[in-house]
Amino acid sequence: MSIITVENVTKNFDELGVLRGISFTLNEGEVLSIIGPSGSGKSTLLRCLTQLERIDGGRIEVCSMTMAESDETGAVHYADAKTLKEIRLKLGLVFQNFNLFPHMSVLRNITEALINVLGQSKEEAKDTARRLLVKMGLEEKEASYPCHLSGGQQQRVSIARALALNPTVLCFDEPTSALDPELTIEILKVIKDLAKEKMTMIVVTHEMAFARDISDRVIFMDEGHIVEEGPPEILFNNPTKERTKRFLSRYGQ
Amino acid sequence: MRNLLPLLLAGTITSLKIFALTLLFSIPLGAVVARGRMSKNRVVSALVNIYIMIMRGTPLILQLLFVYFGPYYLFGASYDRFTAVIIGFVINYAAYFAEIYRGGVQSIPVGQWEASLVLGFSKAHTFTHVIVPQVVKRIIPAMGNEVITLVKDTALAQTIGVAELFRVAQSASARQFSTTPIVIAGLFYFIMNGVVSRLFDLFEKKLDYYQ
Repeated sequence: MSIITVENVTKNFDELGVLRGISFTLNEGEVLSIIGPSGSGKSTLLRCLTQLERIDGGRIEVCSMTMAESDETGAVHYADAKTLKEIRLKLGLVFQNFNLFPHMSVLRNITEALINVLGQSKEEAKDTARRLLVKMGLEEKEASYPCHLSGGQQQRVSIARALALNPTVLCFDEPTSALDPELTIEILKVIKDLAKEKMTMIVVTHEMAFARDISDRVIFMDEGHIVEEGPPEILFNNPTKERTKRFLSRYGQ
Repeated sequence: MRNLLPLLLAGTITSLKIFALTLLFSIPLGAVVARGRMSKNRVVSALVNIYIMIMRGTPLILQLLFVYFGPYYLFGASYDRFTAVIIGFVINYAAYFAEIYRGGVQSIPVGQWEASLVLGFSKAHTFTHVIVPQVVKRIIPAMGNEVITLVKDTALAQTIGVAELFRVAQSASARQFSTTPIVIAGLFYFIMNGVVSRLFDLFEKKLDYYQ
């Protein structure tokens, strides 16, 4: 079953086409990796899905709800605020630089949305948060503040924060780019475990070995286009497009 | 000397009243001004900017004269001097506070807004629970500076005839042919600002638990 459908999506920054007609679907339980050089539009695509950017054309559907759609004249119409909020909560996002709330304890970073957005009781929210902290191996850190955690620990808190809202799809925007190699392994393991649990995920990453390892499908993007798309064993071992080959050869594939 | 201290204390009370009332009104008014300055509406933002430029670009002493005598020359209306002092101080300090608030809000990384949005927080909740607490921590040193300046600026109230501490000290000095009252007044300002600095230090320490 398709959870996200993206059709011919375009996005311009100051007349510059960052996304030039992107189409793909994401199915339930699937792990989709998006790879490509810097500036290829992969992060922008994720930001359009999570409503941090507005699209300039095309159509996005999430869980059978139309988020945005352009009409015959090309004008984009977004859904009403209530639908947009509902869609927003279907998608979790993990940022490259964590974006934890520095003035809140680890526990409150997680419970804040549960209490104020989902309307859970404090006790219920704390239970959920503690359960996720155990899962992330951070049960000792619930009273700590983000500034006292390592980058890897901060990123695990931010994953727990996103998971707490029980999203249908979890999106990762280069989740290890701000981490050193040792901590990168730590985060990749967490994502791998989520993949084993059949969490539906979109992972924008520069970690090729990792993308090959966890993905059901890989999209290679360049200059706002999807150049090639397919199962990892084909895309990495036997790419059909010249551009993909060139990109992968630089990563020693 | 026996009569001097009660006099100076009365003057100090007036100074403290100016100080407290100015803070009471200018701290919230500054937020309104900052909101206007950051408005997406260019007309609003430009008008507020002009107001801030005038308040920061001209002497407070001139503004006080203008606030008190302006209505008289324009409409022939006169009003209470103390009220004029408060209005003059409030509109001046609100402009300074507004710029401090604006700097504070703009210094918060955009990622904080984005994380809040993705988590489904309303704009209001994001502002009050994510942005403002971090802004408060960041602006404490700058606010401390302004508040200390305010303690000393209250001496300007005498320009429109309000007998605050310094005015009282000066007259006493003239009557007694002695600099003692002025020195004591100086000591009073110093003590008041000692208290202000201490309070800001405590506040800063209290928010030291995160970076």
